[in-house]
Amino acid sequence: MSAAGALELASGRRGRPLATYGAWLAAAVALGLLPRLFSSGFALTTMSLMGVMIVFTLSYNMLLGQTGLLSFGHAVFFGLGGFFTVHMMNVVEGDGAPLPLFLFPLVGAAAGLVFGVIFGAVSTRRAGTAFAMITLGIAELVSSSALILRRFFGGEAGVTTDRTGLVHLFGVTFGPQIQVYYLIASWCFVSAAAMYALTRTPFGRICNAVRDNPERARFIGYNTQTVRFIAFSLAGLFAGVAGGLAAINFEIMNSAQLGAAQSGAVILMAYIGGVGGFVGPIIGAILVTYLQATLSDLTDVWQLYFGLLFIGMVMFAPEGVAGLLARQQPLLQARQLHRVVPFYLLALLPGLAAAAGLSMMIEMTNQLTGHAPDGPAMVFLYAPFNANAVLPWLIAVVLFLAGTWLFLRAARLASAAYDEALATARMRKSAL
Amino acid sequence: MVEIVFISTLNGVLYGMLLFLMASGLTVIFSMMGVLNFAHASFYMLGAFFGFAISRHVGFWPGLVIAPLLVGGIGMAVERYGLRRVHRHGHVAELLFTFGLTFVIQQLVEMAWGKLPVDYRVPPSLDFPAFTVFSTNYPTFKIFELLISVAIFAALLLAVKRTRIGLIVQAALSHPDMVGMLGHNVDGVFMLVFGVGAGLAAIAGVIAGPALVTQSNMAELLGPILFVVVVVGGLGSLSGAFAASLLIGLVQTFAVASNASLASAFGSLVSQRAQAYLGDIWNVTVAQIAPILPYLLLVLILIFRPRGLIGARDS
Amino acid sequence: MRTTFAATALALSVFGAAAMPAAAEDALKIAYIDPLSGGGASIGQIGLNQLKFIADAVNAKGGVMGKKVEIAAYDNKLNPQQSLVDVQKAIDDGIRIITQGNGSSVALAIEDFVAKYNERNPGKEVIYLNYAAIDPALTNEKCSYWHFAWDANVGVKLQALTNFIKAKKDIKKVYLIDQDYSFGHSVADTAVRMLKEKRPDIAIVGNEFHPLVKVTDFSPYIAKIKASGADTVITGNWGQDFALLIKAAGDAGLKVDWYTFYAGGAGGPTAVKQANMPDQVFQITEGVNNIDYKPAQDVIRAYFAHYPNAPVYYPRLFNETGMLFKAIEEAKSDDPVKIAVKLEGMKYPTFSSGDEGFMRKDDHQFFQPLYISTLGPLAANQPFDEEHTGWGWKVVAQILVQDTILPTSCKMKRPQ
Repeated sequence: MSAAGALELASGRRGRPLATYGAWLAAAVALGLLPRLFSSGFALTTMSLMGVMIVFTLSYNMLLGQTGLLSFGHAVFFGLGGFFTVHMMNVVEGDGAPLPLFLFPLVGAAAGLVFGVIFGAVSTRRAGTAFAMITLGIAELVSSSALILRRFFGGEAGVTTDRTGLVHLFGVTFGPQIQVYYLIASWCFVSAAAMYALTRTPFGRICNAVRDNPERARFIGYNTQTVRFIAFSLAGLFAGVAGGLAAINFEIMNSAQLGAAQSGAVILMAYIGGVGGFVGPIIGAILVTYLQATLSDLTDVWQLYFGLLFIGMVMFAPEGVAGLLARQQPLLQARQLHRVVPFYLLALLPGLAAAAGLSMMIEMTNQLTGHAPDGPAMVFLYAPFNANAVLPWLIAVVLFLAGTWLFLRAARLASAAYDEALATARMRKSAL
Repeated sequence: MVEIVFISTLNGVLYGMLLFLMASGLTVIFSMMGVLNFAHASFYMLGAFFGFAISRHVGFWPGLVIAPLLVGGIGMAVERYGLRRVHRHGHVAELLFTFGLTFVIQQLVEMAWGKLPVDYRVPPSLDFPAFTVFSTNYPTFKIFELLISVAIFAALLLAVKRTRIGLIVQAALSHPDMVGMLGHNVDGVFMLVFGVGAGLAAIAGVIAGPALVTQSNMAELLGPILFVVVVVGGLGSLSGAFAASLLIGLVQTFAVASNASLASAFGSLVSQRAQAYLGDIWNVTVAQIAPILPYLLLVLILIFRPRGLIGARDS
Repeated sequence: MRTTFAATALALSVFGAAAMPAAAEDALKIAYIDPLSGGGASIGQIGLNQLKFIADAVNAKGGVMGKKVEIAAYDNKLNPQQSLVDVQKAIDDGIRIITQGNGSSVALAIEDFVAKYNERNPGKEVIYLNYAAIDPALTNEKCSYWHFAWDANVGVKLQALTNFIKAKKDIKKVYLIDQDYSFGHSVADTAVRMLKEKRPDIAIVGNEFHPLVKVTDFSPYIAKIKASGADTVITGNWGQDFALLIKAAGDAGLKVDWYTFYAGGAGGPTAVKQANMPDQVFQITEGVNNIDYKPAQDVIRAYFAHYPNAPVYYPRLFNETGMLFKAIEEAKSDDPVKIAVKLEGMKYPTFSSGDEGFMRKDDHQFFQPLYISTLGPLAANQPFDEEHTGWGWKVVAQILVQDTILPTSCKMKRPQ
């Protein structure tokens, strides 16, 4: 039930409301239970960060996915939201006003909205490439100013705060990470629900229309500039919430948070997850946050893998992970999925072999170049060998070439099986 | 005063021409294919490192020819096997493809040449002061940079406006099907254009490498300044990019020479307390923000004159 | 559908790279949190090389208290928030000694995090050893009991440098150029204040700031320096901002003396050599390779035998680890609480010269002799060049420990 609901969300189609509610309910339960499954400090920190990034990426997708606006400066609102939250926390702590911590993301929201309105008024006068370039310019201006205006942005050190210094309700201090996780999870759930609801409103539909065919939207009487402006401001609001949550999570804000790297990261998250539906950005935020946190522990050339993964996604799966899942939905509904799964597995095996071969070549090259002083001895997938020996190279090349070749053949078979199953599914549907 | 104006103008022109040298390939690709190539700086970096590697074995001058050819070839391969596939998913996908490419190229360069800057030197034949004004030397290499930049501008202008292939490229941009039906190989034309763009980036790399710092993060550090050149000049306009380069070079250089700030301009009009309240903004000098001015220019141009300086069409 | 699989395979290739050596039980683990990818990687890698070299040397002699020293590296991408995630990761991996150096933004974030963590998790304390971040705030207004700093902070370095300038009567006009962020301002403000105090006759003819790593062409700045008639420039610039500045000066033929913090950083010597400025660029550090002190030179030789292409850039890492190991052996425990007690006030013969330095109890700042050195062609008794340029650092002056001492505003909160 919930899987079907999730897929429906993924495809962004209006479906059975029961399934949709089921999916949301399942998500809420999952959010509540996750800390029981993963309870280490790192897991809690990472999951909290994922929650922040989900809100941030969803807010970005209000622009890219829903309204068709490519922004290079979304972190500006994330960062400003965070800075205002931190400052407000410090002011309230000094004042002793009885405001509990969980209200403070609202400060971020307000800051995000205000700056969304200001910068939106400037940038949304254009669409397309011009819009993208204006956001790029604004992002550069803001992040450069952040280093110069040291009083507000705290210079290189940034601004720190203490989340436990505020009034405690019901004995919750927000010292332990688990309490912060629940705070972020609640805000993540509420924000996601709000943004989802927004896509169901007439305004959400108009955004889609502006994305798909601005000319026609104009003809039926909508001012596309106004639509872009509202979408931009609201996206700023939710990015501000995410920034406020980040501030609470890390208890520090600094100029890196509104820089180009952060703006780039949110584009990657949205795109890898899939910008076409609502679930895509969520998947992307979780996946990319996880990769960013762990990939660099596995290999020090992680950027190469990251780049290859991203290029692969753009080339072969431009609908993102969510898009791939959504394609299986009609099969699932018509109970045809069992016909294709064996082919998927058949292709997966050589695919993994090819990937291992490629990865092995990369790691061996790195051992011989980047790690030259450490000698050629290395360990790959628990197997120790010398990177300058012939045999490992031979194995890697064979794995890669044979794996690729077999994979392509199996993929062709799987593709045919998919088409066939899809045809059956359609037939059944029309027969109903 | 004369000294400052003269030196600043000279420095501004030299810097502007360096900018155009670096941005010319980006303009070519953008104006002819509509692709915002985020990997442009990476091709530039590849050019610098290839130039460095070749210069160590056979010297700087062969590097100036071979490195751009190699990088141009890589660019064509990227277009043929990557970008062309992505093309049907739209411009955003193309842009993100080149974005992903920057990670890959940076890491490969790091694996090949390490993370430390390499010692890429100006060739001895150009390593002497060309002339001295107001006791400031101007190295021959900078003049060489300027000449190459102007030569590239002239060559590109001629190629686009006067040659058959230039006409086909222009036609292929607006009416690819028609051009294809007339028997021209449209795919081949695009591949060539991308190769030329990458090759131009590499020429800039070979030349700017010794003058600046050749390091595996040089692409990242260059930042989005080249986009500013292309957009301010007007999308799709070579002359526009040329003019924008000069403008940005001059604006930035003259701004550095100025020590004006809000405090110095209005200091007498505003009370001390208000000044303290305004804090950092109040005391920032024009010189301090000079390198950020191009981005301000970018935003203003796009709002008030989206065609850019000399652009033919709205961006 | 085929495309689907290609994408999946690519995604999986990411996970295929499991190549981590398994960690030994009961080792003395030190978490190294610094940039190992992206722009800051060049210096982050140098620090890691040195730390691994130190660990190997100690392990060859039987380790510390019989335990092997293990360095666990975490790539923080020079991002403060990522660094906090990494600290958490290290703590999960059972590591309680953390070292970091690059970027004061990162250092301040970690210092703050560790203090809060230790307060909220008594019994699981973590200690933070800082080998390179030199924002004075770290050991002044934001000082923490759990933080120890081995590099001289901006104030201390400038105290030493201005004490040196005090005696150099040929310096008449000084120009300051710095990156426009807190570190640059801290260099400029402190230098101006101290120069006015010690040499009121020196004219400060310029105090320039430029945005961080945004400048490609420094010639306008050089023109300004030239127009000011300065004979000496003081700069805190590092990385590309230093290399481009010095190369632009070389191009324009500007003849001044440069007093720098980071001329020895990755790419610095190469740039100075390319600019052809022998003996015009000075740096202030806690040591250079060509100090005539045999124990240090033997270690440096062994290091170059292993890492021929990486400079010995952090003599202080030898001091840091040496003092850490000494503290562990004196405390007979690797519990951070006990280590911290031993480190406070510890006296230690420094790596570069054997002269004694000490860890001041009031602010956990290590005070040590500092050296002003200049880069240029080497004499016969100076064996080490930098970055294969043929030029090396030669000591011009040693600043004694007592001439580097500066009061602190730190009000240390000590645990009960």
